[in-house]
Amino acid sequence: MTKESLAEEQNLSKQEHLNESILNEEILEDMKKNRIDHMTYLPGMENIDSTIMDQVITAMNNYDYNRYTEQDVRRALASRNRTPEDFAALLSPAALPLLEEIAQTAQRETREHFGNSVYMFTPLYIANYCENYCIYCGFNCHNKINRARLNEEQIELEMAAIAKTGLQEILILTGESRKKSDVEYIGTACKIARKYFKVIGLEVYPMNSDEYAYLHECGADYVTVFQETYNSDKYETLHLAGHKRIFPYRLNAQERALMGGMRGVAFGALLGLDDFRKDAFATGYHAYLLQRKYPHAEISFSCPRLRPIINNDKINPMDVHEPQLLQVVCAYRLFMPFAGITISTRECARVRDNLVQIAATKISAGVSTGIGSHVEEIEEKGDDQFEISDGRSVDEVYQALLEHEMQPVMSDYIYV
Amino acid sequence: MEQKKDTLILGGHEFTSRFILGSGKFSLDLVKACIEKAEAQIITLALRRANEGGLANILDYIPDHVTLLPNTSGARNAEEAVRIARLSREVGCGDFVKLEVIHDSKYLLPDNYETIKATEILAKEGFVVLPYMYPDLNAARDLVNAGASAIMPLGAPIGSNKGLCTKEFIQILIDEIDLPIIVDAGIGRPSQACEAMEMGAAAVMANTAIATAGDVAVMAEAFKKAIEAGRSAYLSGLGRTIDRGASASSPLTGFLQSASQEG
Repeated sequence: MTKESLAEEQNLSKQEHLNESILNEEILEDMKKNRIDHMTYLPGMENIDSTIMDQVITAMNNYDYNRYTEQDVRRALASRNRTPEDFAALLSPAALPLLEEIAQTAQRETREHFGNSVYMFTPLYIANYCENYCIYCGFNCHNKINRARLNEEQIELEMAAIAKTGLQEILILTGESRKKSDVEYIGTACKIARKYFKVIGLEVYPMNSDEYAYLHECGADYVTVFQETYNSDKYETLHLAGHKRIFPYRLNAQERALMGGMRGVAFGALLGLDDFRKDAFATGYHAYLLQRKYPHAEISFSCPRLRPIINNDKINPMDVHEPQLLQVVCAYRLFMPFAGITISTRECARVRDNLVQIAATKISAGVSTGIGSHVEEIEEKGDDQFEISDGRSVDEVYQALLEHEMQPVMSDYIYV
Repeated sequence: MEQKKDTLILGGHEFTSRFILGSGKFSLDLVKACIEKAEAQIITLALRRANEGGLANILDYIPDHVTLLPNTSGARNAEEAVRIARLSREVGCGDFVKLEVIHDSKYLLPDNYETIKATEILAKEGFVVLPYMYPDLNAARDLVNAGASAIMPLGAPIGSNKGLCTKEFIQILIDEIDLPIIVDAGIGRPSQACEAMEMGAAAVMANTAIATAGDVAVMAEAFKKAIEAGRSAYLSGLGRTIDRGASASSPLTGFLQSASQEG
């Protein structure tokens, strides 16, 4: 073992919030190899010269969640227009004992802004090729899984099958490979989607503003990019290779999407990768700053927790248990009462059905995270990104919402 | 004295109800009961919520005799609002349009400038344009000139249930604008709706206050009654109130003598 790699390993073990469930021997070996600087843009990456990243990182670094008291939390709850400081208090350990009150206040805010509406959608994975080495993700380029990329005809088959279930909103996903899934390919998928759906969102690799503008022309209006973690030092140890490794390019993706004319952007930290309180704080503050800079932007949050993947079924979200998840979801709601909150099939039916009654506003149904899973005719199927916990069909989720006296909404959008 | 029929006239159409009901934020199967209890003749709906031929299509839940007032929510500028209004006419929602132009996702405050631009275009195309606006007298006059059929100033931000925060400015519109003034947004309880009607508003639109009530249909009925009470009070002429003290009958003119007394 070289001196440098030894130093690096020691450094790694010294880090707090190390989720050991992600690691295996191969990854530990790979972590010793030289890696490119994750803070330097690669050629072709648009640098928009925004100050938002620095503001987010500074605020996150200064966030000392242990200094908040019950009084701070109560003040935040009673506040009419909650500040970032209130948000910080709501995410603190001092807030956890007040979770019931927090949830009740969050529910009131949700009802005021959304009534009992719950939006339904499904993700459609059209390719799982990936050039990145994100050690917790099933699609990572070193994970030995079946890869696939749907052609136009297959995309159409899948979309037609999904549309038959009654859904009107689709979220198009790819693995992060510009080579295998170039912008034009994604654009083609959007154009096909317009024939079957009213609302088209994208969850693909970050791109430049002119590329977002092109995809907007093709029919997409919402962009989701998970920052995974806002701790760049930790980020660097989780994303060992590929374009995704470039931390600032990813962080500024939402702003570039808005510059490209997208109507809405979604944010998410993958809870369980690092210190979830800091990550959730940074996520909310990031959204807050962008909304102030782009007041028309529709903001939404996702709250994914780590899940098992193929070839590593032991991955778990570390210290982010259900109460912590609810705390994060409610803190987003109370900080930005008008924002959408999506709850994915990473959570089980029980948790999802309850979260949409408290603070979440959007739920997926009939989900597969694999490629070509919605129709039998497609033979070359690709493996899943992660294991889902809620395999209910669209109809089952729809009925469950009605049973809980919630109103499923298939579309609340017009492409203009 | 012959009782004059008290009707609300919008774009040449006559309505006896002065309660415009919003249809968002509550279960679709309650819409019908809500309309009945409210005795509403106009119901707003977001065109973007319509899901023609699909699941949970709000249009399937609205009785035929009710006038649809589709809104242009989702429009961020005049051009988008015009496109949504045209689309709404194409899908058979009629000529009424509640014009909303909003590019603020936090407070959902309307953009008066863009709203005026869109009103002009849509009025020329024969729409009955009811623009949602921030209560500004100059903008309201521009909306009149642009061809609006009524003016819909906000009482408070949409969904806030805060009541008549803009009361004084709405009063100015009621006093100065010849079109019907319909208070839209922010009305949180029947008493506030009643107050708006007492002030001389031609109608009140409410949604969130009803949608988030414990019993949606009963609250719709409560609003109906409050609006009727406020209207009656306005028509009957409110008794005066005085700011401080009692008032002498004629403190300044008591010295005057009648013609016969004059020497």
